[in-house]
Amino acid sequence: MAADTPTGLLTTPVFRNNPITLQILGICSALAVTNSMQTSLVMGLAVIAVTAFSSFFVSLIRQHIPSSIRIIVQMTIIASLVIVVDQLLRAYAYDLSKQLSVFVGLIITNCIVMGRAEAYAMQNGPGLSFLDGVGNGLGYSLILLVVGFVRELFGSGSIFGYTVFASIKDGGWYMTNGLMLLPPSAFFVIGLLIWAMRSISPEQVEKAEYKITANTKAQEAV
Amino acid sequence: MFELYLSLFIKAVFVENMALAFFLGMCTFLAVSKKVQSAIGLGVAVVVVLTITVPVNNLILNYLLKGGALTWTGIEGAENIDLTFLGLLSYIGVIAAIVQILEMVLDKFVPALYNALGVYLPLITVNCAIMGASLFMVQRDYAFGESVIYGAGAGIGWALAITALAGIRERLKYSDVPAGLQGLGITFLTVGLMSLGFMSFSGVQL
Repeated sequence: MAADTPTGLLTTPVFRNNPITLQILGICSALAVTNSMQTSLVMGLAVIAVTAFSSFFVSLIRQHIPSSIRIIVQMTIIASLVIVVDQLLRAYAYDLSKQLSVFVGLIITNCIVMGRAEAYAMQNGPGLSFLDGVGNGLGYSLILLVVGFVRELFGSGSIFGYTVFASIKDGGWYMTNGLMLLPPSAFFVIGLLIWAMRSISPEQVEKAEYKITANTKAQEAV
Repeated sequence: MFELYLSLFIKAVFVENMALAFFLGMCTFLAVSKKVQSAIGLGVAVVVVLTITVPVNNLILNYLLKGGALTWTGIEGAENIDLTFLGLLSYIGVIAAIVQILEMVLDKFVPALYNALGVYLPLITVNCAIMGASLFMVQRDYAFGESVIYGAGAGIGWALAITALAGIRERLKYSDVPAGLQGLGITFLTVGLMSLGFMSFSGVQL
């Protein structure tokens, strides 16, 4: 894997080793905020910032952390960064922080942040760790934005709040699909997205636990 | 009073199901739901930890962090101190500490239970459902009694959801799924359908 070059660090997690669709990390807080593009974007930016800086700081002090208490040290760094992000959002974008509600705080328990600190930043220099954090944050944001795009477009006929499909309610032609704004659709959209990504790169497909034998006696059954 | 608690409990278990309506604890929800046995183990651990951490965090908030909460210390000027911004840091610290203590206590006094739950306890610290429940408790301003009920209800709801999903997945592994959907993909679609089912509780009021 050509992941040790700076560009490799940035692009690998976005497509080839995406944290959400391949590593199943950080789904917890990802789904609830994707019913509009705007919240997805803000959430994505917040996660990029927290992942990048937490990887950077953890990597800076990695030689001094005793390994028995490393989790709690990483947790403290991450929690402090999330507090900063949370306070900034409250100060400058109060409405958005109300919409995101508890999910900004939940970045702390987002497995991506912790996972990168533990798996990459503990072994590598601060600069590379920072880039690795940005890359993984980008991979996460990309999925968030795609899901947000589908859900907002079909759920309310708009993108970033601008009307694309004029809905019947406003005298247009598009009948909004209310299901898209409800929780189940997030699962469906991500499930289908995973299917699409794995069809494009078949090496990501998981092995079946049981092999189904082909039905050779179809004629008899009729 | 009883009615209030009952409706809060029902709401926490079904209507606002942690996993299916708020997507909390998804990582472990998807990773540990391959077998019913382990799903039940993790579910019970989550119920126990939630029932303890939510009320404890409620006490921390009301007696240490809230504006003017430090008045009881009698220190001069304490009534002007507002430490709410330290909330996130304190809650996660409290959760990590309680999980650790619980692990030690179980190991010492109830080895049988420790053997059953032990492997799941460390996973729980980073489970968003635990942190999420504490944050919802703060946001909705629950009193102490309500926070106990809410913690237990949220835990039971999550345990219910993961057990049901594990049951479905145990059957699902024998079915002929398209290659790209194998594993994670089909699980997402299944959870989506379950979530759709739980949506039908949303009109329930007691």
